[in-house]
Amino acid sequence: MEEKTAMVELRNLFKSYRRGGQILPVLRDLTLDIREGDFMALMGPSGSGKSTLLNLIAGLDQADSGTIHVAGVDITTLSESELAEWRALNVGVIFQFYNLIPVLTAFENVELPLILTDLTKKERREHVATALNLVKLEDRMDHYPGQLSGGQQQRVAISRAMVTDPAILVADEPTGDLDRTSAEEVLSLMERLSLEAGKTIIMVTHDPRAARKARSMRYLEKGVLASAPEITFSQPA
Amino acid sequence: MLLRLLFRNLLRHKLRTGLTLCGICVAVLSFGLLRTVISAWYAGVEASSANRLITRNSISLIFPLPLSYMERIRGVEGVKTVSYGNWFGGIYIEEKNFFANFAVEPRTYLELYSEYLLPEDQKGVFLRDRRACIVGRKLAKRFDWKIDDLITLRGTIFPGNWEFVLRGIYYGRDSRVDESQFFFHWDYLNETLKKKESLMADQVGIYILSVANAGLAAETAARVDRVFKNSYAETLTETEKSFQLGFVALTEAILLVIQLVSFVVIVIIMAVAANSMSMSVRERLGEYAIFKTLGFGGSYLGAMILGESLLVAVLGGTGGVLLTFPAAKIFLDYLGDYFPVFLVTKQTVIFQGLAALAVGMAAAVLPIWRAVRVPIVQALGRVG
Repeated sequence: MEEKTAMVELRNLFKSYRRGGQILPVLRDLTLDIREGDFMALMGPSGSGKSTLLNLIAGLDQADSGTIHVAGVDITTLSESELAEWRALNVGVIFQFYNLIPVLTAFENVELPLILTDLTKKERREHVATALNLVKLEDRMDHYPGQLSGGQQQRVAISRAMVTDPAILVADEPTGDLDRTSAEEVLSLMERLSLEAGKTIIMVTHDPRAARKARSMRYLEKGVLASAPEITFSQPA
Repeated sequence: MLLRLLFRNLLRHKLRTGLTLCGICVAVLSFGLLRTVISAWYAGVEASSANRLITRNSISLIFPLPLSYMERIRGVEGVKTVSYGNWFGGIYIEEKNFFANFAVEPRTYLELYSEYLLPEDQKGVFLRDRRACIVGRKLAKRFDWKIDDLITLRGTIFPGNWEFVLRGIYYGRDSRVDESQFFFHWDYLNETLKKKESLMADQVGIYILSVANAGLAAETAARVDRVFKNSYAETLTETEKSFQLGFVALTEAILLVIQLVSFVVIVIIMAVAANSMSMSVRERLGEYAIFKTLGFGGSYLGAMILGESLLVAVLGGTGGVLLTFPAAKIFLDYLGDYFPVFLVTKQTVIFQGLAALAVGMAAAVLPIWRAVRVPIVQALGRVG
């Protein structure tokens, strides 16, 4: 079987935060490769640095030291504006609380990332329609987030993350705010994106059921990679 | 999309937006009214002609000049027409009915002040009848005076009851002309004073000169004053504008206060609008972080915040400008006696517009800085 190349390469990553005059190390000398097309679950206790790692991979935060290569680009060397441009083209972010813009309709929320592209209005419409069709919400395109259920909002958020066809998708507790049925729908959708569209997905989760949908799993503890406790991953819900 | 966002964001907190709009509207309205008061103060200066000079006693305006100066002034090179007059200071029935009233040499005065338009037939009667007077359209309306009405003024500088017959009602060539004045024959005043053997007879308050060339006004003024140098009543000749500015200068402190208040009003509303924008931005920091996450740069966020702030300012400002006109009319109805010319000028409207824009821009500065500077993870609350 042919070994896939690494989509994300993290080398000797350090990250700390300053809190009330104290420096709190969050990630310590972390090295990790994530293969192209992988659907990886990132687990670990609260405060272990999962979200921080996700932020760094998505270019939302900057490491103290170390390198982050995503699709061959060392994003630690990019300026703030270059990083913004890079994010627009290469990363789709899915949040726990969907983070849709409440004054925009589902259609407009999905259209947002395309505003930054050179696409014409007609092309944008087509892309948005395709992305909403993918999450089966084409009939809700004129609804505002407040008029949609949690699961529907998260599907709109996934549609928004996908609409620019980014190289990687990062999801921070995407099912954390959803009921079981909606969570199942969202996870199935992500699974399909990984299998059918070949997207590289990195998902932070506390939920073993969600993690089981992934194809690989990494466990983070006190800022370093550790072996996963059996109970977390292997026990069915 | 940006415009859609601006309008929808504006409607998120209708009460807050409404109150901010009201605040800006009232501030711009107040600013406009105060600027109009200042303009009204300068109405005399604005209405003055570059071709007219005023000659008065060099010691003070309250000291008169002899009538005999008339011919000598007329003989000065550059002088075209000479008229003269006195501030009469008469009171109509009671003191609160104040209006400006002058005894003037009517023929030359009307020639010099061609902006006072008087129907030819009325002018003819006015010039022939020594007890005749003419009044401005606004003044006639104020006291409901009609042609041939008998008007009695009680003299303050020149004691006694003075009777006049209204022979004409003038109107201004344009809206800047004061239509609330009262003019009568200087001869009528002088002859009465002579009869009373008053020392004030044959004395003139000011001479009004027209010059052939406005460019030589200063030179002509100097020539006039040289003629009377070392006489017992030396003269001071200046342009009509300087003469009017002299009156304005007497109330400079009040004007300064009004100007200051007009700017303070704008500064206060700037703070209010900035506070309102800051509240909105603080509430939406998470959303701005989403925009950043999606790849939107600081300039887009800046445009969004500035746009919203300017939209509020422009809407409020437009309301303020539109309300200034009816408000000025109400103001004039109540205080027209003090401000014969009270017009909202184009310049005032421009100042109001600029003030509204300044409010919009200033209110956006700190919120933009904050929204652009805050790290994404901090705004999203995803640290740790």
